Amino acid sequence: MEVGQMQRSLVDYTKSLFLEGVLDGQFLQLQQLQDETNPDFVAEVVSLFFEDSQRLLNDLTRTLDQPNVDFKIVDAHVHQLKGSSSSIGAQRVKNSCIAFRNSCEAQNIEGCMRCLQQVKQEYFLAKNKLETLFRLEQQIVAAGGSIPIMELSF
Amino acid sequence: MESCNCIEPQWPADELLMKYQYISDFFIALAYFSIPLELIYFVKKSAVFPYRWVLVQFGAFIVLCGATHLINLWTFSMHSRTVAVVMTTSKVLTAVVSCATALMLVHIIPDLLSVKTRELFLKNKAAELDREMGLIRTQEETGRHVRMLTHEIRSTLDRHTILKTTLIELGRTLALEECALWMPTRTGLELQLSYTLRQQNPVGYTVPIQLPVINQVFSSNRAMKISPNCPVARLRPLQGKYMPGEVVAVRVPLLHLSNFQINDWPELSTKRYALMVLMLPSDSARQWHVHELELVEVVADQVAVALSHAAILEESMRARDLLMEQNIALDLARREAETAIRARNDFLAVMNHEMRTPMHAIIALSSLLQETELTPEQRLMVETILKSSNLLATLVNDVLDLSRLEDGSLQLELGTCNLHAVFREVLNLIKPIASVKKLMITLNLAPDLPEYAVGDEKRLMQTLLNVVGNAVKFSKEGSVSITAFVAKSESLRDSRAPDFFPVPSENHFYLRVQVKDSGAGINPQDVPKLFTKFAQNQTLATRNSGGSGLGLAICKRFVNLMEGHIWLESEGLGKGCTAIFIVKLGIPEHSNESKLAFGQKMSGHGQTNFPGLRVLVMDDNSVSRSVTKGLLVHLGCDVMTVSSSEECLRVISQEHQVIFMDVCMLGIDGYDVAVHIHEKFTRRHERPLIVALTGNTDKVTKENFMKVGMDGVILKPVSLEKMRSVLSDLLEHRILFEAM
Repeated sequence: MEVGQMQRSLVDYTKSLFLEGVLDGQFLQLQQLQDETNPDFVAEVVSLFFEDSQRLLNDLTRTLDQPNVDFKIVDAHVHQLKGSSSSIGAQRVKNSCIAFRNSCEAQNIEGCMRCLQQVKQEYFLAKNKLETLFRLEQQIVAAGGSIPIMELSF
Repeated sequence: MESCNCIEPQWPADELLMKYQYISDFFIALAYFSIPLELIYFVKKSAVFPYRWVLVQFGAFIVLCGATHLINLWTFSMHSRTVAVVMTTSKVLTAVVSCATALMLVHIIPDLLSVKTRELFLKNKAAELDREMGLIRTQEETGRHVRMLTHEIRSTLDRHTILKTTLIELGRTLALEECALWMPTRTGLELQLSYTLRQQNPVGYTVPIQLPVINQVFSSNRAMKISPNCPVARLRPLQGKYMPGEVVAVRVPLLHLSNFQINDWPELSTKRYALMVLMLPSDSARQWHVHELELVEVVADQVAVALSHAAILEESMRARDLLMEQNIALDLARREAETAIRARNDFLAVMNHEMRTPMHAIIALSSLLQETELTPEQRLMVETILKSSNLLATLVNDVLDLSRLEDGSLQLELGTCNLHAVFREVLNLIKPIASVKKLMITLNLAPDLPEYAVGDEKRLMQTLLNVVGNAVKFSKEGSVSITAFVAKSESLRDSRAPDFFPVPSENHFYLRVQVKDSGAGINPQDVPKLFTKFAQNQTLATRNSGGSGLGLAICKRFVNLMEGHIWLESEGLGKGCTAIFIVKLGIPEHSNESKLAFGQKMSGHGQTNFPGLRVLVMDDNSVSRSVTKGLLVHLGCDVMTVSSSEECLRVISQEHQVIFMDVCMLGIDGYDVAVHIHEKFTRRHERPLIVALTGNTDKVTKENFMKVGMDGVILKPVSLEKMRSVLSDLLEHRILFEAM
């Protein structure tokens, strides 16, 4: 595939992510922070997010599995996850975290379980999409092209 | 006494003899006495006589001889003893003197003889000198003749006068019978009789130039005697029975302008000679003298020089006349051109205003009409009117722009422009059309492209829009990609732009923009025509382009004004086309960037970079911590991160100027930290500024922040612009009430 075509498909893909709501403007902010002094900034932050979120989700699962659910702890974890995902711009993850928090305040176990599932789903979706995105970028760079700058025009 | 009865001689018989002796002695004495007198008399008369002493001696000798003879008279008769004594004395004296004289004469006579020889010698010498004198006089006279002739010849620069004068003067000086000048014809094969002395209008005699006698004369620069019977000399019918006079011929070199080298005598490489023939009068026995021949040679040379001067003068006069004519013509042309330009400028000035006014009216009213209730047919008509009048307006503007561009009166309006914004705006403008045609537009700005540059923003955008518009116009489907990057020197020297040698410098960089479309493509042969005004390519025209044909020409001029280059590449019809242009833009200094408004919420004087600002970030969420850190690093700060309040309190020092605290953290930790910081740094200027990052916007939280002594609050998520403005406000005012 030649570079122009790859760049076009990258742009399309990114656009689709935004359209679907998987990513929001914060992600663009992150991309803006990437420059020659900080060439892998986005990748680093995103991998940090993956690690962090993985850990949090595991913790959440464990906590919710216990017979006595400590909602405070759950809330804390969810709060963390919400913070991370909003920093990254993973919109849907963040939104599902907000819903999760509401369940926590209501101390609704089923609600929490449901929300956890939701959050996990959204997280894995976002993870996949982001990994695909990075793969595409790497392909373009390997072929000698440069990453096109995304312009949000809708 | 017996007296001596000497025989008293009575006159004896030889008494006659005695008488004769007596008389002779008397006359001898007389003569002897008169000779010295004569001598003395004549010597006295003559001034020069070197031998006075000899003369005296001679005189004495003669006198004494005379005396002796005189005294002899008395001895014929009885004489006394006294007489005898006297006689003896005189005889003795006479003897002495005569001997002396004789001796003297021995010395003198050779001298006297040699005097004669000297006299002869002197006479010869005098004769010789006389001869020489005669020669010199002749020469001097010749010289005078030559000078006079030369003066006459050189006093004019007119060729005819020169030649005529030569002949006349020569004739007069040398008393010639006839004098003629034969000039070579144009073909150089014949000599034509051009001037004669006696005949007023010589008939055109010609003589072939290859005659042996002529060759002989031409081969030497001396005047030569020739036979009176040769063709060049037979000018007049033979008259009289006398022998015709001797004839002399000499060559006159005809020099050209090109013969005169700077430091050289003219080379006689030109073989053009004229022949001058001089004839002595036929009834005189005169011969040609050497000095006369010399005179003729000298005159011939002078004539040659004079003729060449005349030729030079003619040339220069002709050249001057030509120049004057040309000057007049040029002047006229210039005035006509000026008039034309003035007329055009007047016309443009009028057109500018007069044409635009109705145009605006048409466009404005048609748009208004569009807004009203119309039937579909009417709407179609109005849309057509609007489209056509827009096109017309564009055309008028283009033409006016172009003529101003060509005038050279257009100047770029330089200013600092946001390159990214320019590209974005062009993209926005072109997007509607592109989406209608279902074309995909991609914009690819290189990371090293400066955000700001010094240039003419409006014209750059115009160029870009034109190029991109063309790309969109001529693509029925597919995509258009715009790439922009900073051109490095290697890529600047493009083989397709061989005249373009840009030199990047400290303050400038070259922006290279490539717009590639997947449209119909262009025949490579047509590429040069595209940039000429109004030249529509046939294939382009048939594609319903609707372009005025001026767009690319204007773009080219703008690009040239920006010291750049624009060209199109295409592999052929149907293979798409790439438009590439390179322009020179200035690099703004950092202080300029701050003057720009790049966001809505600018305080107007904030910094865009905070180099070396020491910041501490406290956040327990690793992701948001690294994001915040990334933000601050991008702004140039020196960032340290901590993840807990204990760590924060441990690490905090006077060096940190700002602390960003994420107070989404549960609990009062955030507040505690703030309180502790206040306690630790009692003096205000030592204390770092404390800024809270929170997702919570309610009033209570804010009040709490203020109570605890935070200097500011920022609502998450923080964008780059927000962080920037926050920091600049903070550093300026040392307090930030809120930045939401």
